[in-house]
Amino acid sequence: MQKIEAVNDFVVKFANINGSGSASANELFARAILRMGVPVSPRNIFPSNIQGLPTWFEVRVTEHAYLGRRGGVDMMVAMNPQTWDQDVREIESGGYLFYDSSKPMPRSRLRDDIHVLAMPLTEICNDHYSDARERQLFKNILYVGALTTLLDIDPAEIEKLFSEQYKGKEKLLDANIRALTLGREYARASLKPIALKVERRDCVGDRIFVDGNTAAALGCIYGGATVCAWYPITPSSSVAEAFQRYAQKLRVDPDTGGHRYSIVQAEDELASIGIVIGAGWNGARSFTATSGPGISLMSEFIGLAYFAEIPAVLINVQRGGPSTGMPTRTQQADILACAYASHGDTKHVLLFPEDPYECFEMSAQALDLAERLQTPVFVMSDLDIGMNQRLCRPFAWDDSRQYDRGKVMTREALDAGADFDRYLDVDGDGIPYRTYPGTHPTKGGYFTRGTTKNAYAGYSEAGADYIYNMQRLRHKFETAKALVPLPVLTAAKFPARFAAIFYGSTGPAMQEALDALAEQGIYINALRVRAFPFQNEIADFIAAHSRVFVLEQNFDKQLTTLLVNEAGVNPLSLISVLHYDGTPITARFITQEIAERVSRLNVHPLRHDMVA
Amino acid sequence: MTYLAKPRLHHPSLAKNRVGFTRRDYEGKISTLCAGCGHDSISAAIIQACWELDIEPHRVAKLSGIGCSSKTPDYFLGNSHGFNTVHGRMPSVLTGAYLANRELIYLGVSGDGDSASIGLGQFAHVMRRGVNMTYLVENNGVYGLTKGQFSATADQGSKSKKGQTNNDAPIDLVMLALLMGATFVARGFSGDKTQLVPLIRAALAHQGAAVIDILSPCIAFNNHSGSTKSYDYVREHNEAVNRLDFFPQREEITAEYGAGEVTELRQHDGSVVRLRKLHADYDPNDRIRAMSYVQEHTTRGEVVTGMLYLDNDAADLHQQLDTVKPPLNSLGAAELCPGSAALEKINASLR
Repeated sequence: MQKIEAVNDFVVKFANINGSGSASANELFARAILRMGVPVSPRNIFPSNIQGLPTWFEVRVTEHAYLGRRGGVDMMVAMNPQTWDQDVREIESGGYLFYDSSKPMPRSRLRDDIHVLAMPLTEICNDHYSDARERQLFKNILYVGALTTLLDIDPAEIEKLFSEQYKGKEKLLDANIRALTLGREYARASLKPIALKVERRDCVGDRIFVDGNTAAALGCIYGGATVCAWYPITPSSSVAEAFQRYAQKLRVDPDTGGHRYSIVQAEDELASIGIVIGAGWNGARSFTATSGPGISLMSEFIGLAYFAEIPAVLINVQRGGPSTGMPTRTQQADILACAYASHGDTKHVLLFPEDPYECFEMSAQALDLAERLQTPVFVMSDLDIGMNQRLCRPFAWDDSRQYDRGKVMTREALDAGADFDRYLDVDGDGIPYRTYPGTHPTKGGYFTRGTTKNAYAGYSEAGADYIYNMQRLRHKFETAKALVPLPVLTAAKFPARFAAIFYGSTGPAMQEALDALAEQGIYINALRVRAFPFQNEIADFIAAHSRVFVLEQNFDKQLTTLLVNEAGVNPLSLISVLHYDGTPITARFITQEIAERVSRLNVHPLRHDMVA
Repeated sequence: MTYLAKPRLHHPSLAKNRVGFTRRDYEGKISTLCAGCGHDSISAAIIQACWELDIEPHRVAKLSGIGCSSKTPDYFLGNSHGFNTVHGRMPSVLTGAYLANRELIYLGVSGDGDSASIGLGQFAHVMRRGVNMTYLVENNGVYGLTKGQFSATADQGSKSKKGQTNNDAPIDLVMLALLMGATFVARGFSGDKTQLVPLIRAALAHQGAAVIDILSPCIAFNNHSGSTKSYDYVREHNEAVNRLDFFPQREEITAEYGAGEVTELRQHDGSVVRLRKLHADYDPNDRIRAMSYVQEHTTRGEVVTGMLYLDNDAADLHQQLDTVKPPLNSLGAAELCPGSAALEKINASLR
């Protein structure tokens, strides 16, 4: 029987039961490989549940640092009888199945083309531990121990991780090391060696291992947010929780112990965004973190902030839609909902982070953009980036960087005789000046409302005033183009007639797919869009190619629609490649879909292609 | 409403307060509400209270939701920043504004549709959180701006102008505020300015969540017989539990009272609320008693007004969050950004 052989390039998937303590053991496994200098990319595939339902943890070991999901499983650690058949089916031919054989499985429930590694985990635990919880938890450490032997993972790295985790809790430390050794010894004595190996390398460099939600929270700390209002919703809750954690350390007045931040867990998303807008109106940097259903609830307020021109930052960690949707699955399905959020003629600035590094960077930048543009700004993360730890460039901050507080008229300026007209475009960029409440005893006060106003913030229902305001807002949106992050081009090695556009969490899988396609002789210029409004470069890029694949993790071709609507792109030149089952898009999927389409286009050239 | 703008020139003999403003400096734009609207009397009472308290107008931030009442912040304190937000959601916007700058005085103006129907949730939660504000409900029992539909505070059995009977039980915002932890709860009547102005003054000085439910008859849609929110009905059924004199910290208390008639409540900021008791058994420091008292009298068809509950030791949201004393909106990168060295440490912890 064939055996999958691989060094530092394989996928191990753990099938567990939610609440069994497996998450920390699996993370330990991933981190140990990382500590050996070999990049990993883990993904948690979890249910909307606290205890009992199936949960999976997929670890991609990838020397080349392909951090997207590859697709396929080389080794399954099957710890959940509920999902046994499905888990066994998923293993690549020639792959490995590791399972708890305390209750042996009949041959009929196994496969002939895979290698089975049977270890009586429950039995061993029952022999060594009497406490029920210990039996449960050490079972996890036991299989990690066995895997270190099978895969040649250095146990010293695990022991080091234990000692970091259990600093000052020597009893726990010893117990864990004992369990690890127990697992290792059993594997050495009783399990056949396998052909998947981890070898020490120096491929991780200075990269950090962090999830996007933590990164976004840290971006808000560095970006100067002082007001955070939120309502718990998967997969975004950990943004606010991480903000709280870091703020407690980094935002405390050293003299008084007072907090230089405020966090309100609001009664719902309507209140969260209301608080953010109130704080923004009053000159504090503020943000909320939410997901699709939250955006729907916030929509009325988003329109108010757009027309009243109030800074607000919304971190949208997208999940499977719609409505209650699939809260623990990932998608990029809120693009249109956010771009056009609210009633009336509204359009919003969107940023598309690719990984935790950009979650950090763009959250901080969003706070600047929101104040510069006096408008809501969306950071469009998703569950895949937000809730999975990902290897990425280390966070960076230039200490000379100042916050861009935008056009704020001060008391001094008003005293010096500066004219203040809240909604008048005096600089020709569509952005008016604002004052914070309480600035001056007699000047600069104004009454904020939605659209029934003139350029001087006076009440007006006159059509001409509305038109002036609307056109100025659109002019402001044009101004935004020059401020938002530019797209990133990955040029093919050879001149290419095909191109691809992608965004957000598709990034890592796309980079890998581009390499794989190039190996097949398919060369594609790829552009990663990082923001809306779209810069002219994006339309130019599309125009320069006969066909452009648009990679999206939604069904409705939402970015494609936005490109056609907003960048004047010919829809016939765009071919959508869509992945929307709630799992992260894979390099294999992209490679296959594009290769297939390219071969079709080449075999049956359409008339339009003749010119290309 | 009137189309005749009052001249901006002030007569030199107009009295100025301690901060150098005349009463006229606290006015706003000309009201666009119906002549005789109770809400305009409330605006006048706000102007009077702010002038008497020597508040610099620009230190007040006015926030409102949607409806006739929510239009009124344009008609007083013209030099203050105002924010006409969305329907029923003013409390959250006010909360955010308060978080951003704890030094301003926050005045929330709302109506019964805004606070008791669409905004009931936000009304309850803003009280729970102890946001330092004065929250005025201009309560007329109808939706005026959409022409006379019942609101959630309309009494069961009361009749609309068109003759329909309201079958739904009413929501009493005073009861809700008491239940939700408001630390200053009062009820006033727009037709009784001598009672209302001191109530607003005391509420403005209160360091916590202060709410005044003000019965404010709608002259256009809810001032007929069969209504329980008309001028006539409220006058006939008004049961004031006390008369209030409010003394800011620095003012000497000069009024003379007979023994046993007066209760003095000293607030956190040193100001004193002096109540002349009209009901000997009423204790405005007793939240539970206040609730049953209001309930008992409401059942009898009486409208209990006055200073209903005051927590002398109210704590507010900033205290609970332990925020720094300077307003959060005044902090810059020096105070907020931990810098690259701290970030390097964080990076190191993530490897």
